Amino acid sequence: MTDRNISYLQALNEALHEEMGRDSDVFIMGEDIGLGMGTLGVTEGLRDEFGPERVRNSPISEQALVGAALGASLTGSRPIVELMFIDLLGVCGDQVVNQIAKAAYMSGGKAKPALVIRTQQGVGMGLAAQHSQSLEAWLVHIPGLIVVAPSTPRDAKGLLKTAIRDDNPVFFIENKRHYPIKGLVPEEECLIPLGKADIKRHGRDVTIVATSYQVHTALAAAETLSKDGIEAEIIDPRTLSPLDVEPIAESVRRTHRLVVVNEGCRTGGYASEVAATLGEIVFNDLDGPILRVAAEDAPIPANLRLEAEIVPQPKDIESAVRQLLP
Amino acid sequence: MGKMDFTGDQLIHTYRQMRRIRDFELAVYNGVRRGVIAGGPHLYVGEEAVAVGVCTALHDEDYITSTHRGHGHLLAKGGQMKPMMAEILAKATGYCKGKGGSMHIADLDLGILGANGIVGGGLPSAVGAALSSKLKQGGWVVAAFFGDGASNTGSFHESLNMAAAWRLPVIFVNENNRFAMFTPMQWTTGITDIADRAAAYGMPGVSVDGNDVLAVYAAASTARERALAGEGPTLIECKTYRFLGHYVGDPQDYRTPAEVEAQRENDPLLRFERVLADRGVMNEDERLDITRQTEREAAEALQFALESPEPDMSELVKDVRHPFNPL
Repeated sequence: MTDRNISYLQALNEALHEEMGRDSDVFIMGEDIGLGMGTLGVTEGLRDEFGPERVRNSPISEQALVGAALGASLTGSRPIVELMFIDLLGVCGDQVVNQIAKAAYMSGGKAKPALVIRTQQGVGMGLAAQHSQSLEAWLVHIPGLIVVAPSTPRDAKGLLKTAIRDDNPVFFIENKRHYPIKGLVPEEECLIPLGKADIKRHGRDVTIVATSYQVHTALAAAETLSKDGIEAEIIDPRTLSPLDVEPIAESVRRTHRLVVVNEGCRTGGYASEVAATLGEIVFNDLDGPILRVAAEDAPIPANLRLEAEIVPQPKDIESAVRQLLP
Repeated sequence: MGKMDFTGDQLIHTYRQMRRIRDFELAVYNGVRRGVIAGGPHLYVGEEAVAVGVCTALHDEDYITSTHRGHGHLLAKGGQMKPMMAEILAKATGYCKGKGGSMHIADLDLGILGANGIVGGGLPSAVGAALSSKLKQGGWVVAAFFGDGASNTGSFHESLNMAAAWRLPVIFVNENNRFAMFTPMQWTTGITDIADRAAAYGMPGVSVDGNDVLAVYAAASTARERALAGEGPTLIECKTYRFLGHYVGDPQDYRTPAEVEAQRENDPLLRFERVLADRGVMNEDERLDITRQTEREAAEALQFALESPEPDMSELVKDVRHPFNPL
């Protein structure tokens, strides 16, 4: 097994090259991707290798783009859509919610919407309110959608490959702050199962469930806490829906404390969902309430200092953890 | 196969297909009035020539996307009456095991990507299915049915543009029955002929008498050839009329009974009966015979549906998603 230290972006690029090379039914479409780079460079080199038929520049037509993926997936193709910003869910909402998510159920199980919608979310580029949201809570709420949010290059590559090979509609949520992050990725085939969480850090004093970029925020907080002798266990769900509850429950049975960190707004956010679910299962093992660390209930401001403050920071996680300790 | 190339048998078959839709829909109508069918299905009575004209031009490997008023499309594309009726009654023997219902009936084996409860909702899927045909060199075309109301949606705009820009094998079939739900088209639309919109997207547009099944067939046939030759999509506007309400139970405050009666003179079945009689292909006895058969087929379908079991409670949580593929 040879591991290389590569970036999240490069890991995604490798996954796309490999899966498109492996299966000629896989194709990718999105805005600006056909020029070879895409907005953020994930699709670099794909058009040169696979041609303009399989690497398609779409018009700025999110409804048609996303809906076309459904029709293509039901007729033998395996499309990947690049939805430039998760904020654009509002533009293609019907195709996601009423068409794609419900195709399997409404057809009595016959339809297999084998498609992947890759998108990205989060702050970090000062793009302000309409281009910086974290909207996984919207998607998780819709039965039928698989929602994944890998936080490391290895998870990104492994989950993207698995998602492309799966027959369910998968929302693959990247994060703006992930792309340059480097991590070890094997050279060999690397598939990570859907629906399986990962313990990113072991610890005995508190369980922190963190999603997407907040895994890294939590890891930073854990380093600071460790200096005070507080050891945090950090669990990365990786698949947000369906959630792999058992490892989280098992962890809380050991630590008796749970903090959930998510970059979406607090109200109605994904942290609320995790908190409620775990609360039902491990109530008797908890020494205190489940705390959520999430973004303030406000649109993301343009000012960079305000932007940094509005979303969870390591200090916010440290503060929540200390609240739970005597 | 052009307009003049139908044999006598093919003409009769075409009439039978229209008659089947008419009698199926009337059976559904009566079922609702009797209280044995719930919900307010959206019936296709009066528009049969559009579905049959288009689907006669299609081959088995072609696909269709449909609308909330989809029973006619589905029957014309090869749907069987029994599982269709069972699905409308939401029984376990329906095409979708009773979980889709009237507005979401689908059968991929028949090339039916699905009826759709969202106005304009099926158009992007049609574009995608056509894209698939192009990428896989699959050789199929996709007929996308939609109404005058849908032609005002953003989905319509995006789908037609994408299909034209990518030269995809789609036949956009507009069923202009003059009413979008309860609202007359002229109150909400800046133009009169929806076919005029085609030029804006870079595709040919043709407006046909949607109650003339052979005219619809000819237009669809031409569009199919264009699509298969790689020349891209076509927009066919079929001017038609629905004789029943938007759904069963619609009080129809938006039109007078006199208007509906007058439109009955233009009934596509009546008109085609005259064509077949004029050509000496079908006499009155033969017509009655066909009608008895289709009425009986529809009655048997309703009986089958009534006697079919309800879905098991366990179906409630099945098929939400597929099991993950093993790695």
